[in-house]
Order: sequence, then structure tokens, then C-alpha cells
Amino acid sequence: MPFNIQKIRKDFPILKRKVNGYPLVYLDNAATSQKPQQVIDCIVDYYSNYNANIHRGVHTLSQEATDAYEISRQKIQKHFNAKNPFEIIFTSGTTHGINLVAQGFSEFLKEGDEIIVSAMEHHSNIVPWQMLCERTGAILNVIPMSEQGILVFSEYEKMLSEKTKLVFVNHISNALGTINPIKKIIEKAHEVDAAVLIDGAQSCSHIKPDLQALDVDFYVTSAHKMCGPTGVGILYMKEKWGNKLPPYQGGGEMIAEVTFEKTTYAGLPHKFEAGTPNICGGIAFGAAIDYLNEVGFQNIEKHENELLAYATSELLKIEGLKIYGTGPDKTSVVSFNIEGIHPYDIGTIVDKMGIAVRTGHHCAQPIMDFYKIPGTVRASFAFYNTIEEVDILVNAVKKAKMMLS
Amino acid sequence: MKIEEIQEELISEFAMFDDWVERYEYMISLGKTLPLIDENLKTEDKLIKGCQSKVWLNSEMNNGKVHFTADSDAIITKGIIAILIRAFSNQKPQDIINANTAFIDEIGLKEHLSPTRANGLVSMIKQMKLYAVAYQSQLNS
Ligand SMILES: Cc1ncc(COP(=O)(O)O)c(C=O)c1O
Repeated sequence: MPFNIQKIRKDFPILKRKVNGYPLVYLDNAATSQKPQQVIDCIVDYYSNYNANIHRGVHTLSQEATDAYEISRQKIQKHFNAKNPFEIIFTSGTTHGINLVAQGFSEFLKEGDEIIVSAMEHHSNIVPWQMLCERTGAILNVIPMSEQGILVFSEYEKMLSEKTKLVFVNHISNALGTINPIKKIIEKAHEVDAAVLIDGAQSCSHIKPDLQALDVDFYVTSAHKMCGPTGVGILYMKEKWGNKLPPYQGGGEMIAEVTFEKTTYAGLPHKFEAGTPNICGGIAFGAAIDYLNEVGFQNIEKHENELLAYATSELLKIEGLKIYGTGPDKTSVVSFNIEGIHPYDIGTIVDKMGIAVRTGHHCAQPIMDFYKIPGTVRASFAFYNTIEEVDILVNAVKKAKMMLS
Repeated sequence: MKIEEIQEELISEFAMFDDWVERYEYMISLGKTLPLIDENLKTEDKLIKGCQSKVWLNSEMNNGKVHFTADSDAIITKGIIAILIRAFSNQKPQDIINANTAFIDEIGLKEHLSPTRANGLVSMIKQMKLYAVAYQSQLNS
């Protein structure tokens, strides 16, 4: 399908909104994406026509809801190219998936084992590993990054040993936009038999990963970052891990047989899906994936790269403006500061002009400490943003600079 | 001047501006008049929690009146706190405790009043009132 930006924008009802009297310019896509009508319709259709609990009833509605939920799982499987649908576990989102893996690894780790994470993780995602280390006596190692915001690969290679049991790295950093070389990271980890968990929260809306080609052990992401609803996501785990990892929560759906003496667990994926899931969310996640594939990931990448290149060059024309995250492999995220001006002030002024950017530490306090800054202003672009919106941003930042200095 | 009178004065000053740009520019200029906290008082315990920017607030009581000094690393935050200090500094603790804060809305800064807003305006007001409560209890004892 040819890429028609005006047609695409019509799919997103929220883009017609005004904020503070100005047309909304939504540049906080790294926090969450907006939702197209197709996804909204899917949600309305579910609750209007076939809402029922799944995997339980013989009645028609329950069957329809179960089918739609399982079809969605298959769509997700195909999209990410997992080998089997049961390797896709529905979660409430990235954070949930990470915790599920961290909890499961409690049983495999002993004192002195090592876990590796990168210096550019979402800080809430460092916590589950710290907790895992406290529980097991394992040691947490951190891959450092360079001034450009690139992981120092040679340091990573030095850290790997037969003690390494798990490596956790995000595919793309939410604060900097750096694309990490996950293929190489996975290969190196496998040389010492360590498992790898990739956090795809920031990449899934830009890049279609091939999980089998990557040969990754675990992969997590959230639907809301890719035009789907909040409160739903996936944890992919290779079948062998699915069989090995203990269940995370007890409850309905995850059991095969229950007596007071003993419970046998259901097979994959239900073993990890205790309780009534976010049925509507799971179905709408499938609709979001259909939508993105219709737009086409090649089109998305091309358009977003244009936005990134233009925004970077226009913003850099502003005197005193510094961009953080300047590696060659980046997605459409521009994190910046203007000398002598607090990012919060810039964010406040541009919001008055209808522009949504993020200010602060972006849940990546270690990165901010690395650069010795309180935070940045972050503009993150999606395929439905336009070159004109970049101009609006640049002018607003210039105006803010004038007002604030 | 009484707190209500100062608040009325602020409302009429801000009413002179037609649009938000002028209002913000005025607020920023008020930030430059902020009675600054002593550099050596910029310590962890003087920081107000709940702000994306750093805000230090200090208070002292002289002759039965509370005096505030403050600073922030963000200029808009400085403007906001300058407005609050103009309204509440140099007042009796009981008057600060009783003071109404609806004037913030009336001067067109309503968006800063939401408790979930990261600038912490609400935290600043709360902290000023807490200091006032502490001084009032000293006076009562
Ligand atoms: C890299 C990264 N990981 C994890 C998360 C957390 O995702 P969620 O809040 O959907 O669980 C985010 C969200 O901002 C993120 O950017």
C-alpha cells in the first residue's frame, strides 16, 4: 500500500483535537501511541457483540470470544515470527512479562551466578533484577555506555562467563532512541549458555522483529506502544523455557486438575495465564497488529527516518541545543536540552502551544546521572506525525527559548 | 497588606494581559524578584518533594510573622513560587493556615493547580502551610 500520511491521520480521531486552543501535536509516542479507529471499533465490537469469559463456556458467545482471543494470539505469533502460538503468553504489559521471567529464574540461580543488564534500561525494569539478586545471591553487572549513548560491546564481552545465566537488554532505549545490536548480544550470550530477555517496548512500533531468526529466549512488549490498548502485552518464551519455568501466579485458567492434595498445571501458554485475562485487550492487540502491517513497517521506517533526520537538523540550528543519543542507529526519538534552560520550562511552554512532549528523566535515572543532567525534553515521533509538525515543534522551542532566557 | 488584599492585587495585575504568553512572561519576571534562599540552606531537607524541577523553601519567624525564601532550578517554577511567597510571606501563621488558594485559578494558572501536575505547586502550598502550622503551635505553647 502506498504511504498516504493524510489518509493515515484520518484514522486517528484524537489527532483532530485542540489543546490549549492549538491543534494537538502529539510527540510523546515513546510513552504511548495513539489508537486508530480500527482498534477503537474492535473494542466497541467486542463489548457490543460477543463479550463473554473465555476457555470456560460451551455457549456461543464464550466460543466466539475464545476464538477471537486465540486468533489474535496467532496473529501476534505470525507477526513476531514465533514458532508456536503457545509460546506467546498474554500479559498485562512489558513490566509484567519481565517480572514473570525474573520470578521464574529465582529457582535457577544460586549465589555467585551473574545477570547482565545494560546501562540504558528503563529504571523500573532494573528493580526486578535487583530483587532477583537479593533473593538468590546472584550478582548484577551493568554494560556501560559511551558519551554517544551506545553500549560498549567490548565491555559486554568481557563480562560474559560461564557464571552468566541471564542477559537483559532493551532493543531500543526509551530515553535516547539508540537501537542496540541485539542479534550480536544474543549470539555472544548463547556462547556461554546464558539466556537472553529482550525488552521490545520501544522497538515494536518501529521494527518488526523475527524472534526465530534472533534465536532469543524471551521477548516482552506492550500493546499500547503499538497502537493497541493499555493493560495488555506479551511475553514470548521459547518452548523449552515455557516447560522449564515455574508458574508465576496461581488461579483459574492455569490448572489442569485440582484436588486438595495436588494440582497439575495446564500446558503452555495457560500455565502462565492465571485468572480471567484482558480478553478485549488481547483481541484489540491483534487488530492493532493488523493495522500496523497494513500501513507497512517499511513505510513506517522510511517516514519516521525522514522525520528524525529533519527534526535533528532543524533543532540543532538552535544555538545552545544539545541532543543526547547521537549514535548512527536510532529510532525517531530526539532527547535534548538547551543550555541554561531547565527541560521542565521548555515542556511547559510548548504544552501551552498544544505540543505534547515528555520532560524529565524518562524513567531512566541512570542515563541522566551519566550525563549529569536533571532530565531532557524528549520528542518521539510516530508514522502519523508530519514534517509540518516538526516545524511547529522547532518554532515552539525557539519561542520557549526566547521567553526563558 | 492582608493576604486577601495581596491576592486581589495579583489578580488585577494578571488581568492586564490578554494571552498566556504575556502572563507567562510576567510570571517569569516575577520569578526574578524571588527572595532567594541562602545558598548554604539549599540542603536536602529544604527540598520540596513532588516537583520535576528542584524547589528549596526555607522559613523563619520574626515578630510573629513567617518569612519565606526559596529558589528553583526551573524559571517557571521560580515564577510560581514568587507568586506564592508574595501572597504568604510576612504574614501571621494563623492567616497563612486560613488562606484560600483560589486566586491561582483566577490569575489564569489553573493548569498548575492539579495535584498530579509535576510542578508541585500544590506541594509548595502544602509545605508553606505546614511551616505555618508548626510556628502556630510554637506560639500556642
Ligand atoms: C524500554 C521500556 N521498557 C518497559 C516499559 C514499560 O512498559 P509498560 O509500562 O507498558 O509495562 C517502557 C515504557 O515506557 C519502556 O520504554
